[in-house]
Amino acid sequence: MSDVVEKTLTALPSLLSLDSQSGATKLSSTSKLGNLIRGITELTSKHEEEKLIQRELASIKEQVSSPNTSMRQMKELMVRAIYCEMLGYEASFSYIHAIKLAQQGTALEKRVGYLAVSLFLNESHELLLLLVNTVLKDLQSTNLIEVCMALTVVSQMFPKDMIPAILPLVEEKLNHPKEIIRRKAVLALYKFYLIAPNQVQHIHNKFRKALCDKDPGVMAASLHIYLQMIQENPEGYKDLTASFVTILKQVVGGKLPMDFNYHSVPAPWLQIQLLRILAFLGKNDQSSSEIIYEVLDESLRRAEINHNITYAILYECVKCIYTIHPKSELLEKAAKCIGNFVLSPKINLKYLGLKALTYVVQQDPKLALQHQMTIIECLDHPDLIIKRETLELLFRITNAQNVTVIVEKMLEFLRVNKDDYTTIDLVGKVAELAEKYAPDNEWFIETMSTVFSVGGDMMQPDIPNSFLKLLSEGFDSVEEDRKLRLFAVDSYVSLLQGEPGKLPQRFLQVISWVLGEYSYLREELEAVTVLRLLAKLLDMKSTSSETKSWVLMAMTKLCEGGAGVSVAQEVCEAYSSSLDTVLRQRAQELQHLSQDCELRARVLPRDASLEPLEVDSSLSFLDGFVSEALAAGAAPYKPPHQRQEELAQAKALSLEPYSLSLPISMSSCSIADRQSPTLLSVSSGLSGESPDLSHKGGSTMLKLDGVKRVWGREGYLAQREPVEESAHVEVPSPLRSPSQQGDADSSHSQTPTPTPTPQPEQEKQQLASSLFVGLGSQSSVCLMGKSEQTTQRFRRKAKGPVSSSGAGAQVSNSLVSTPNTANNLLYNNLLDSNITSELTVSSLEQTSQLSQGPTAANGTCDVELTDGDMKESSPSLVRDNGVVAADPAPHEDPDRPEDLCLNTHLPAEFSGLCHSEITLLCSNQSLDLSACHVQKEDSLALVVFIYNSSDSDIQQILLELDSDELEVSCVCDSAVQEARSHSVAVCQYSLTVKRPSVHVEVVGMVSYQFPVGTPQSVQFSYKLPLTSFIRPLTVSTEEYGTMWLDFSHDTKQKLTLISDGQEPLVDTLNVLKKKLKLHVVEIIGMEGIVACRLLQDQPCLMHCRLHAGTLSVWLRSPVPDLPDCLMYYCQRALQEH
Amino acid sequence: MIKFVLMVNRQGQTRLSRYYDPVELNRRTLLENHVVHCCLSRRKDQCSFVDYKDFKLVYRQYAALYIVVGVTDNENELSVYELVHNFVEVLDKYFSRVSELDVSFNLTNHSRPELDFLSLAPLPVCQHHFLSFSTTSCLSAPLPVFSTTSCLFL
Repeated sequence: MSDVVEKTLTALPSLLSLDSQSGATKLSSTSKLGNLIRGITELTSKHEEEKLIQRELASIKEQVSSPNTSMRQMKELMVRAIYCEMLGYEASFSYIHAIKLAQQGTALEKRVGYLAVSLFLNESHELLLLLVNTVLKDLQSTNLIEVCMALTVVSQMFPKDMIPAILPLVEEKLNHPKEIIRRKAVLALYKFYLIAPNQVQHIHNKFRKALCDKDPGVMAASLHIYLQMIQENPEGYKDLTASFVTILKQVVGGKLPMDFNYHSVPAPWLQIQLLRILAFLGKNDQSSSEIIYEVLDESLRRAEINHNITYAILYECVKCIYTIHPKSELLEKAAKCIGNFVLSPKINLKYLGLKALTYVVQQDPKLALQHQMTIIECLDHPDLIIKRETLELLFRITNAQNVTVIVEKMLEFLRVNKDDYTTIDLVGKVAELAEKYAPDNEWFIETMSTVFSVGGDMMQPDIPNSFLKLLSEGFDSVEEDRKLRLFAVDSYVSLLQGEPGKLPQRFLQVISWVLGEYSYLREELEAVTVLRLLAKLLDMKSTSSETKSWVLMAMTKLCEGGAGVSVAQEVCEAYSSSLDTVLRQRAQELQHLSQDCELRARVLPRDASLEPLEVDSSLSFLDGFVSEALAAGAAPYKPPHQRQEELAQAKALSLEPYSLSLPISMSSCSIADRQSPTLLSVSSGLSGESPDLSHKGGSTMLKLDGVKRVWGREGYLAQREPVEESAHVEVPSPLRSPSQQGDADSSHSQTPTPTPTPQPEQEKQQLASSLFVGLGSQSSVCLMGKSEQTTQRFRRKAKGPVSSSGAGAQVSNSLVSTPNTANNLLYNNLLDSNITSELTVSSLEQTSQLSQGPTAANGTCDVELTDGDMKESSPSLVRDNGVVAADPAPHEDPDRPEDLCLNTHLPAEFSGLCHSEITLLCSNQSLDLSACHVQKEDSLALVVFIYNSSDSDIQQILLELDSDELEVSCVCDSAVQEARSHSVAVCQYSLTVKRPSVHVEVVGMVSYQFPVGTPQSVQFSYKLPLTSFIRPLTVSTEEYGTMWLDFSHDTKQKLTLISDGQEPLVDTLNVLKKKLKLHVVEIIGMEGIVACRLLQDQPCLMHCRLHAGTLSVWLRSPVPDLPDCLMYYCQRALQEH
Repeated sequence: MIKFVLMVNRQGQTRLSRYYDPVELNRRTLLENHVVHCCLSRRKDQCSFVDYKDFKLVYRQYAALYIVVGVTDNENELSVYELVHNFVEVLDKYFSRVSELDVSFNLTNHSRPELDFLSLAPLPVCQHHFLSFSTTSCLSAPLPVFSTTSCLFL
């Protein structure tokens, strides 16, 4: 480093001489900036400040635009403009001058120019493009200073689209002899990695070199990249675990230069960074964790100096210890650390301790027990932040036994809290706990009432929604439902009789809905009384019009009898002329329905909410209207994002030289806001079917699940149990004052305050016992997830058998396949071959549970068999998606030699065509049913093999096939009637697609009869991916153009690009072509057009464009759902690649 | 991750601000007012970390000057708290007893010899002080500052 300094010092006298002034503080007092600052400081009102700054800005503006202003003056002006903008006054006129200064100035002026640019502009600012050339020039400069400046500004902000232009130059700098340049280059690449990860994929091995750099600065800079990459994909970097451990060992051992020490702690921030990386690497991985243990132990040992920064390191160690595979000695030490933190009189440490405890109790709730007294003190802490953190901790240890106390504490906090954000957050948590662990109806309704009144109109809308859903769907017992609803009605009536004006709008809406639906349950309550109460709400000034329409809706449900109708009539009169159209409509409805009882009973049947609503998400009932309109010359509908993109494209043309293809706004309209019809059907199908599936895990829940898996039921607990004992004893710590000595666990009175009065102490004890009940004794239960173990009061009732026979299977389908946001996680995981099997099994279990219902209800086959059938067929769902089907040589399963034999039974006309693996569909003691599909040029054949494994011939075999998505027709000459003993009968069917779906399925039944005996039947199902039906469509570009305009169904998404080769677009399209059998029509520059057809002759067109390292794909087809399905396969094909 | 760094005096005047996430200009003023209010209203015996919306504020008081850092929820608050102190130590070394006005006056002062290689070292990045800060820290300690926050402080 020092030689750099020296060189610079000698290189710069010329620059210095430009600056005539000298002496830091003296200079500023005479400078214009100094005057400005002093002027502002002397002012007393905001208004005066504004006037002064406006004046200043006006003068700066005048000077910057004058041609006579020299670069040096410009620099001074820029500094003042920066200052003004920092105070919040816009100085946009100076942006372009800042860029000019960076372009044209000498080193010092350039520096100010770059500084101004990085402060003024953000990543998406279009002026930034003007900087690209300057950066390019400076990167090539021989002047170290200029290279440094350029690299720094690049790591601050750089337009994403222009990265390729400078990437080679930055890469080159990784080998620069000066460490500061190398370091800056690494940081610039880090920035690139953050904004466009796939652009720097190819330099991963150079990152490794940076990690091994002899300069610790460069190494430390590379850690940022590694932290990011390892967080995203820990599997890929396991081999580096040992290296990181070595680095940390060296750092902890003080091997770095003294310069890195902060208060004699060696490079603390570097240590923290390394600990974070190690935590990611050791998570769920015993072998990596074992490498880490030693250095963690050493870190704990070394961090003994009594200083904040060592505590910060300890905190990170604790987090790491509890994240990686557990080791009892370390856990013990970590627990001790937490104890020291929590008991510390230093408030910041206490906070950190609580935070650590919150993290840790998810795995080890017993730890909370040790510190229960401290936690209770923190609950009453005068500092709201500490209180808030404690509540967060309590939230994590809530169970059915302590829920009332904890919720009470939370509500207490909510009543005094003023911060909106905290309120929203906490209200959501209370609602979650109440729903999960409510001990009884009264408590639940009362708690929710408090939630609604405290949460007010800020809370998340899904809280009232799920509450109402819970009420309407009911639980397992009808009687309980009735009681709950009745109690809700009672308490809401009395609320309305009180002072409804004070209640928030959301709550009023909930109240009016509940009263409208369920007030009939309370027989002695007359409808007219409720109507009057509701009408009173309408008269209140504070009631919003949204609430009014809820109220009117409720009244519509209630108006009956003479008195009721008259109240309704009054209301109608008042609102049927309202300016608000919604209100007017509701009033009209009320008027008509109140007069026509019969109609009302039909429109608003009592307790009807259980009947599922069918929603036609594709709006197919409008098809006729649309085609008429199209025939009449109307323009086809384009979804908003598409219009926006087209607009953006038009705009992008003007920026030709820089080829800025899209403004940032475009990238936001990606997958997230598109809902495919498949997803819709899933969510509606799933809602309320099982508590596990419909369980709405908040973000905290999700996190919790992720962590929990480490702690296996046997693995961790078994080791931990004895340790716990010793931890109890060893609690005394250096940080504790003598008055605090004593076991926090002991049941007799103990409190850290020196002169405790017995009364509050007793209260605390009581509180403690009520708060921490259920934590100690059955910690194993808590560890494994309390939600599963405790009987949940409000378990959603399972819906009746799903109507269609294939519904169960459909669910399984969508669980695995839906390419959409909700399932993305699962789906991504599925692609990862390592965990495929595990996940499939779990989803399978759900599926088979689900599917048992409907099939059993059908009564045609035994459940056992179906179960087996599901297990057999579902794995193939993952296996044979496109890949196997497209593979001409089918895999042969070594376990099932009969496959080989079956192959020989394949009809002769199919030899030479590619067919899928022959899968066993079902089998019983007398016959085995297998099937495969064969892809022909323009059709798809399903071949079913019936193998008679019994000793007698089977007669009267009847095979019936059916499918929701497919048209199945029997190839006439192949109908089988009988199968001889130990021989195979083959049937052929030809399949065409009726309705595209990601996976299509054929369900069928074989009925057969032995010569002696009763007829028997077996059910089976066969799934195949939609890709089996895809064939290339050979069209010319012109034909493509005309077809494109005709098609109305479309979807759009950004896909990852395959960028290993020279031409990413061509490579990517080739992969798609190979895997999905698409026809590449033409590739023009950055764009490519591709066509395919779905048998029989249903075209689908695809338009791809390279944009910012991703592939924007736009699919169009005349067939609904086809684009969505195909998009899914494209995405998959690319990810698998 | 650090979202922003603010230096404000007890009167609530912003002395220095640096945002690492783009925030619109008019929203900055609003945010600064809120943030300053949050921190100034706290007593000395209360803890130095405040929840603010979906992130955390870490603040530290030096006489009449408050330094407030906005960090994401997953950040180690105590390490940021110490980072602030490291920053101030560097400022102190550079200005030999730093005061509130030093910070303001020396917006881009580089006539002092230590700062000459400003241009060599970090560069624009943050406003003056972070600038001089990182410079000086380059002189004395090549990296500590970067370790938590990397490119943020540069």
